[in-house]
Amino acid sequence: MRPDRLPVFAASALALMASAVAVVAYVAPIDADQGFSQKIFYFHVPVALTSYALFGWGAWKALRHLWKRDERADLESYVAIHLGVIFGLTTLLTGSIWAKISWGRWWVWSSDQLVLFLVLFLFYSAYFMLRFSVEPGPRRANLSAVYALFGVALIPVSFLAIRLSKDIIHPVVFKSSGPDMSGKMFLAFCVSWAAMLALAGTLYHVELAGKRLDQRLKELREVLAS
Amino acid sequence: MTYLADVGALARKDLTLELRARDTLPAMLLFVLSILVVFHFVLPPESSDLAAKGLLWVGILFTALLGLTRAFAAEREDDAIDGLILATRDRSAIWLGKALAVFVFLALAELVALPAFALFFTDIGGGTIAGVVLADVGLCAVGTLLAAMATASRARELLLPLIFLPLAIPIVVGGVGASVGSHPATYAGFLALYDAIFALLAWASFDYVLTE
Repeated sequence: MRPDRLPVFAASALALMASAVAVVAYVAPIDADQGFSQKIFYFHVPVALTSYALFGWGAWKALRHLWKRDERADLESYVAIHLGVIFGLTTLLTGSIWAKISWGRWWVWSSDQLVLFLVLFLFYSAYFMLRFSVEPGPRRANLSAVYALFGVALIPVSFLAIRLSKDIIHPVVFKSSGPDMSGKMFLAFCVSWAAMLALAGTLYHVELAGKRLDQRLKELREVLAS
Repeated sequence: MTYLADVGALARKDLTLELRARDTLPAMLLFVLSILVVFHFVLPPESSDLAAKGLLWVGILFTALLGLTRAFAAEREDDAIDGLILATRDRSAIWLGKALAVFVFLALAELVALPAFALFFTDIGGGTIAGVVLADVGLCAVGTLLAAMATASRARELLLPLIFLPLAIPIVVGGVGASVGSHPATYAGFLALYDAIFALLAWASFDYVLTE
């Protein structure tokens, strides 16, 4: 993205966030079963889905690095995974709050998605341990890329494992027969998800621009020093 | 067939080294027996056999980890890995040879550990044995690739458990399910699926781990 477009993109993300809050607060009906507390759903699930999208994007960039030798892909993959971990941590926090309100406990092992995010959080935290204990260079880029690819394979496999390991009490909102939501609820959900994706996109480009600037500065310093 | 010849030669090299130096397998054996004794004192006297069967998987996981930590020790010295990279036609042969050697060590350690477990705690059934074999394949396939990654980093021994354990969680789920679940075949199938996916991924990506 060209740097002059970033403010426009950021402004639209902000506008989407504001309208998401408004739609969730005023348009979406109060849930008959869970009452007001169900509204955290409109943040919890979009954040979780955005986190998956970021991990997927990171793996895609990792594949680009290994396959096409795209030089910029390593940094892009790292930034996507970095943001994915931040969104994943937010998923854990909002999920924990929701669990406390619905089930009376801060942590429940019976919630598939929460356990999956805990596993993914551990896995991708180790990504940083790996990345920062290898000297910067092509070797590090390769190791990070392979690890990121293992991550996208781990997501469905872990999900299956967690499903197998327990009985299910987590509310399953998306079924094969379509979403189990009223039209207004679905609208609120979609606006909120779009807002989260826009926010993630903005953060991604901001962090990427910063990191590229850092890299450029380092190169210039080396030129000056030599 | 040259590929398989490479793999065979590499695995044989590791086994010969172990036969002469004996520095990994005795450590794994001693470790797994020690950990079984620890389990006896961890479990409260009235706890069920199911808890012991679950703990067995902790023992297997950490024994595998111990073996994997040492897996590339010989290659690290004097940068012997560079020689291997030059000598093999396809670098994934290095992964397969090493994974086979680690598998043999782990299977030998379990050949002692499982009877010891049956002696100390409770009988083990066919489900557990099938689960152990399938889990070993996955542990060695993924673990060998991650051990090669960890060898390239500064942290090495510290890093391997951190990157290995999250990836091994599905194996533990499958293994424990095969040991104590009411449908062992489902879990065995899951383990086979895990093995297939991650072995393929590790085989395809090992080249990138070794080279720049």
